[in-house]
Amino acid sequence: MRIVNHPILGVMKPRKRVYIKVDGNKIEAIEGEPILAALLANGIKVCRYTKKRNEPRGLFCAIGRCTDCVMTVNGVPNVRTCVTLVEEEMRIETQRGLGKWSKDRPTNSENFK
Amino acid sequence: MNKMRKHKVEVAVVGAGPAGLAAAIEAASAGAKKVLIIDENTKAGGQLFKQIHKFFGSEAHLAGTRGIDIGAKLLKEVEKSRAEIWLETIVFAIYEDKKLAIINKAKGSRLIEAKKIIFATGASENVISFPGWTLPGVMGAGAAQTMVNLHRVLPGRSILMIGSGNVGLIVSYQLMQAGAEVVAVLEAMPKIGGYGVHASKIRRAGVSILTSHTIKQANGKDFVESATIIKLDEKGKPIPGTEKRLKVDTICLAVGLSPLAELAWMAGCKFEYIPELGGFVSLHNEDMETSVEDIYVAGDITGVEEENTAIDEGRLAGVSVAGSLGYLSSREANERKQIIRDRLKCLRMGPFGEVRQKAKEKIMKLWSNYHESRYKV
Amino acid sequence: MNQGIKYRGCPSREELENSPGYPSAERVNKGPVAVIECVEEIPCNPCEAACPYGAIKVGEPIINLPTLLENKCIGCGVCIAKCPGLAIFWVDLTYSKDEALVAIPYEYLPLPQPGERVEAVSREGKTITQGRIVKVDNRKRNDRTAVIYLAVKPEFAQEVRSVRVFPKRNS
Repeated sequence: MRIVNHPILGVMKPRKRVYIKVDGNKIEAIEGEPILAALLANGIKVCRYTKKRNEPRGLFCAIGRCTDCVMTVNGVPNVRTCVTLVEEEMRIETQRGLGKWSKDRPTNSENFK
Repeated sequence: MNKMRKHKVEVAVVGAGPAGLAAAIEAASAGAKKVLIIDENTKAGGQLFKQIHKFFGSEAHLAGTRGIDIGAKLLKEVEKSRAEIWLETIVFAIYEDKKLAIINKAKGSRLIEAKKIIFATGASENVISFPGWTLPGVMGAGAAQTMVNLHRVLPGRSILMIGSGNVGLIVSYQLMQAGAEVVAVLEAMPKIGGYGVHASKIRRAGVSILTSHTIKQANGKDFVESATIIKLDEKGKPIPGTEKRLKVDTICLAVGLSPLAELAWMAGCKFEYIPELGGFVSLHNEDMETSVEDIYVAGDITGVEEENTAIDEGRLAGVSVAGSLGYLSSREANERKQIIRDRLKCLRMGPFGEVRQKAKEKIMKLWSNYHESRYKV
Repeated sequence: MNQGIKYRGCPSREELENSPGYPSAERVNKGPVAVIECVEEIPCNPCEAACPYGAIKVGEPIINLPTLLENKCIGCGVCIAKCPGLAIFWVDLTYSKDEALVAIPYEYLPLPQPGERVEAVSREGKTITQGRIVKVDNRKRNDRTAVIYLAVKPEFAQEVRSVRVFPKRNS
């Protein structure tokens, strides 16, 4: 849920919309925001399931330190969604366990931290 | 390591939060030629840009100004002072010769050679664990604050806050400003931890602050759906039969901060465990210099306090460094340092501050003892 | 039962009456006056500089509780939005024959509008009476701390410290 108007931060400035796919579903994001912010704004709380016990994980530290929020992005697993910004047509998948490297991922992972 | 490109500066400041920015401003304004601030984030200002409330202190601390605006002011001053900031840059090591190894997406890896180093790396959130704590919906209070104030997204609608220190109280208030409902604040101790004024703001908004309470477990399948809380006796033990279920979708942990001091450890600085300041803190003297010559510390890394003490410690370190490098005469440096030290003393008065004042005195005494033992012939 | 700000998060009647910033009943009856509910020593003094009439004194050390100089205070209300702790209020018991005016600092949305009826809330967050919004001051110098002036029955003037603009959500 987005905070459109805030008593201190004011009204949200109009920014460019970006469309990303999450598990095949198209959702609307805002240019310049981290993936996790877009997910939460669309009510998606689970980022991945753990390897051993298949337990759900999601937002925890929000600053890229704990890795609870990692997902597979454009075929690359273990991407920290709280510090990685959205890009048009990004493919985001709920990660199962350690994740798999997809054959059609980009060859340099420069875009991912 | 020898293949890394070298970069020479006079003063390297690690951390662009209030302490680091203030240190750089003082050093550069006093005349230090190459002052470099290094920060791993995409934005400078540390925690300041998540603080939308008005700060306390005196005029010298910009009291009455919102954290976000203090951050903006400091950045303008940095610009004026000609200090340089490298963002998205991680200091991943400090070697025996005090060279800092950094890595940055655009620049690659570099070896920074600095005459003086100031560590102002701040602190990170603590956690407590309980059954269900791994469920999505359980997060650090700082994480919730980042989501609402930086990204303008609510992580949930119905909040249980654990911890009634200033972070717990302030973040509760900010979550309400963002449109969430704070169902309760739990505090394990029999008294509220943070400032009364922060507590009063949320009490009159209808939030219950339950002292002598803690969380027993978080419930839910894929995310938090409710929390079971329990009362504690005078010894802090849970009282069976006092369990209550609260319908919440978010549980925030506000259970303290610990200094982020890895680089100071790596550099060989001497530490002491001081729980009142958040854990292991690096020893330092009145000039903010650690037990390792030419390495200084400022801000939460030397003990978790507040923004105003962080700024003043940063200023103190900056002036000390400028004096040590010869940009300020002994007299000028001492005068400036004394003014800042007097202000710090003031900030550490009263029922909240005096514990920290004692702790800081202990740190400096231990530094003296260590320094004496090392240089005794 | 443990009372007071450290236990309940809101100042007790005793703490308020012992605070040098809390005006006497005598002064409150005379006309508009600031009500400073600062009961804990923390290093803080923007209120002192905020008052254009020199009616608030903190001095040194700055952990001193602010003292309200009752006879210098004319009730201009400038200080309300300046306190970082949102601990300064204002009352005018002479507003009208059967109403008092209370001013509170308020930093939420939506902001109520003049004429609107709201729930008037106590320090403990309980609705204790109804209020009518008379004025909402959100000028630039307040730096986004709105000051809401609401009319309430006089016996509630020193109890009302917040408003509820919409009904409480059911969980």
